Amino acid sequence: MKKTRFDFASEIAWCPGCGNFLLLQLLKESLEELDIKPTDLVISSGIGQAAKMPQYVNTSFFNGLHGRGLSVASAIKMANPNLLVIAEGGDGDMYGEGGNHFIHNIRRNPNVVHLVHNNMVYGLTQGQASPTSPKGFKTPIQTEGVILEPFNPLSVAISLGAPFVARTFVGNAELTKSLIKQAIQYNGYALIDIFDPCVSFNKINTFAWYKANTYVLDENYDSSDKMQAMAKAFESEPFPLGILYKREDHKPTIEEQHPAYADDKRPLYERTRTAEELAHLME
Amino acid sequence: MQIRSYSVVLSGEAGQGLKTIESLFMVLLQKSGYHAYIAKEFMSRVRGGNNTSEIRISDKRIGAFVDRIDLLVVLSKNGLDRLLPRIGSHTHIVGEEAYITSQKTEGILHPLPIAEKMRELGNPIFSNNLVNGLLSALFSCDADIAYQAIEKQFASKGEEIVEKNRQAFQMGLELAKTLNTSFDVKMDEKVKGMYALSGSESIGIGALSGGCNFISSYPMSPSTAVLAYLAKKEREYSIVVEQAEDEIAAINMALGAWYTGARAMVTTSGGGFALMTEAVSLSGIIESPMVIHLAQRPGPGTGLPTRTEQGDLNLALYAGHGDFPRVIYAPGTYEDGILFTHRAFEVADEFQVPVFVLTDQHFLDGEGITEKIDFSKLPTHNHFIKTDAAYLRYKLTDSGISDRGIPSYGDGFVCVDSDEHTEGGRITEDSEVRIAMVEKRMRKLDAYEDLQPKLVGKEEYKTLVVGWGSTYEAIKEALEEIDDASISFAFFGQVYPLPSLTYDLLSQADRLVLVENNATGQLGELIARELGIFFDTTILQYNGSPFSVEQLVQGIKGGQA
Repeated sequence: MKKTRFDFASEIAWCPGCGNFLLLQLLKESLEELDIKPTDLVISSGIGQAAKMPQYVNTSFFNGLHGRGLSVASAIKMANPNLLVIAEGGDGDMYGEGGNHFIHNIRRNPNVVHLVHNNMVYGLTQGQASPTSPKGFKTPIQTEGVILEPFNPLSVAISLGAPFVARTFVGNAELTKSLIKQAIQYNGYALIDIFDPCVSFNKINTFAWYKANTYVLDENYDSSDKMQAMAKAFESEPFPLGILYKREDHKPTIEEQHPAYADDKRPLYERTRTAEELAHLME
Repeated sequence: MQIRSYSVVLSGEAGQGLKTIESLFMVLLQKSGYHAYIAKEFMSRVRGGNNTSEIRISDKRIGAFVDRIDLLVVLSKNGLDRLLPRIGSHTHIVGEEAYITSQKTEGILHPLPIAEKMRELGNPIFSNNLVNGLLSALFSCDADIAYQAIEKQFASKGEEIVEKNRQAFQMGLELAKTLNTSFDVKMDEKVKGMYALSGSESIGIGALSGGCNFISSYPMSPSTAVLAYLAKKEREYSIVVEQAEDEIAAINMALGAWYTGARAMVTTSGGGFALMTEAVSLSGIIESPMVIHLAQRPGPGTGLPTRTEQGDLNLALYAGHGDFPRVIYAPGTYEDGILFTHRAFEVADEFQVPVFVLTDQHFLDGEGITEKIDFSKLPTHNHFIKTDAAYLRYKLTDSGISDRGIPSYGDGFVCVDSDEHTEGGRITEDSEVRIAMVEKRMRKLDAYEDLQPKLVGKEEYKTLVVGWGSTYEAIKEALEEIDDASISFAFFGQVYPLPSLTYDLLSQADRLVLVENNATGQLGELIARELGIFFDTTILQYNGSPFSVEQLVQGIKGGQA
């Protein structure tokens, strides 16, 4: 394993063989290769096995409430646009509990990298259906199989105007790193849905299953074509991997558009008000 | 009793423009040198129904609601219906003849041909400034100020509109002569240098003076005007104003902003705040400062959306799972609104705790006149530090307060965790660390200095009236009316923690009277639970209306509500 400045020595609470180990290493290598300064990064996450990721990274983090990681990430970016902000969590955290924030932060378009570990199951609470579990998937709660339609994060994101929408599989290290790096370098909201097998609670969607049921989009694929991207987002078994949609022109981010940043680009914490300015409030 | 104040009530429909009348008249009164106060009540609808505003005009500082009506302006056909019990033989009633005779009253009727006058101008909307002209003449206001205000308000709509509003105002001045009555109030030159503002504006000004530069909220009556006020100032005062998709996002965003070094606030009402409670608990464990403006209205559920109540003290007191400290303020005057909100930011930042500013519809929608604040006496202190590489966000200290770093400012990492955590902010289940962290959090307010109750009246008393928040003005005026030196009033601007002088103040009295605008006496319960002190008389009200001065005079004197 390559050493990085983001390595943090600690006991890790994931199950042996969990896809999260691979992703942790790939994330740290991506950050290292882009020469990101560890103190310029904040990872915001919620609750779940995936959301523990920042605990194992040598950086600043806000490991908050279940489902709210993206809301916090957006706010961090709005309060200090100079920070590199990554929001990270699992499919239950980001698409279930945080579903409303997923919708509305895409509409906000903060310059935030959104990494969602998608293992199609709840790990930390031990094996219930997640929003992305396939129909018919049996669990201790969905005893006769999942009835609900699986959530399709990619088509939702594209339809809401997300400017960068990608999917990868942790088993494909090169692709995963390449996408993480492109997402970090992209100025705008960038979603990567990451197929990341749960070895303890999902015996259907395994490493072998993901390998057999995915393919990488080739170089002839035009990721700037939104309608084509939408069609790709609906493909399943095999699922396309790579950048499905990337808007070529710059879509203004929320932090660029807030009036507070119109004439002053400094982070909020550097600003002060004078007694004279305040006196105008009572004139 | 000699009358030194008058009460004018405007009664009309939603959407008719009462607001236009009030805001202009209020400025007119202040600039003409009169003390004034407006209490507003309205229905939860955009058009129709019946809304009223009570404007009190006085030669002394004034801020309470009274039942008495000296002059009633009826602007719609159902305008009398809900006011009958408040109309007496002293009440002058003006308005369209059909409106003021729609119910039999003892009042002195002054039919005015407003509709006819409006036909001359071509639009009933101008009646607002006709009423302003009428009121301006009856209270001897300076008409030039009105013309300037009209010019300013309508300039963007073109000269014709300005002119018609001016004409309407003049028609009002003329009609006033037909009433053959006037209301003499002595001017107070000092008032001309003061400032007219609403309760919502006072919270907004307080927030700005407290350094607020980030507000994320979801609209809910009666809290929204604070959000709107800050939105109006966002460019000039560099505030990030974000309308969140829900209250959960709102408070989580505000916590993200504090984490990054901003000073953030949420403004909400009971139902919206209920959605925020998990994040209040989060602020407890991550030791984030947080300022929550909780604008109360009657519950449970959606309750009475546009009415008033003090029913959410218990909610603010107990919101959030687990043990962690908090502070709750409840302003009673508009000056308090500014000072307490400023203080909320300072205390939240210094002690790394959530601080509540608890108001209600009556407080927020009301408008009063207050002295201008000297903001040089209200400095702000950012308590975050520049970190070094060895920085630990939750370093154990005697005070319980650890230096608060913010990301990228210095060489340290700022790690905050909703799980129990080590000094470095990383997840742990170590029992000793857990105990140390709980104890650290629970001692954070040890050095906090209480905002002590304000004693109104003599320091020696037999009867002590206790109240908090928006009841302040009504209780104060009721005691002035009762004029009994043995009765004093302890006003709690800080309702939690119970200020250290509470026991001494209350235990001195022979008779304790509790006044709360709710059904259970929530502050009374808190005092009983923490101090073992019980009230002899409780005056409670939960009909959605504020207390009137008359009601409290009767309640405090007679021992019954």
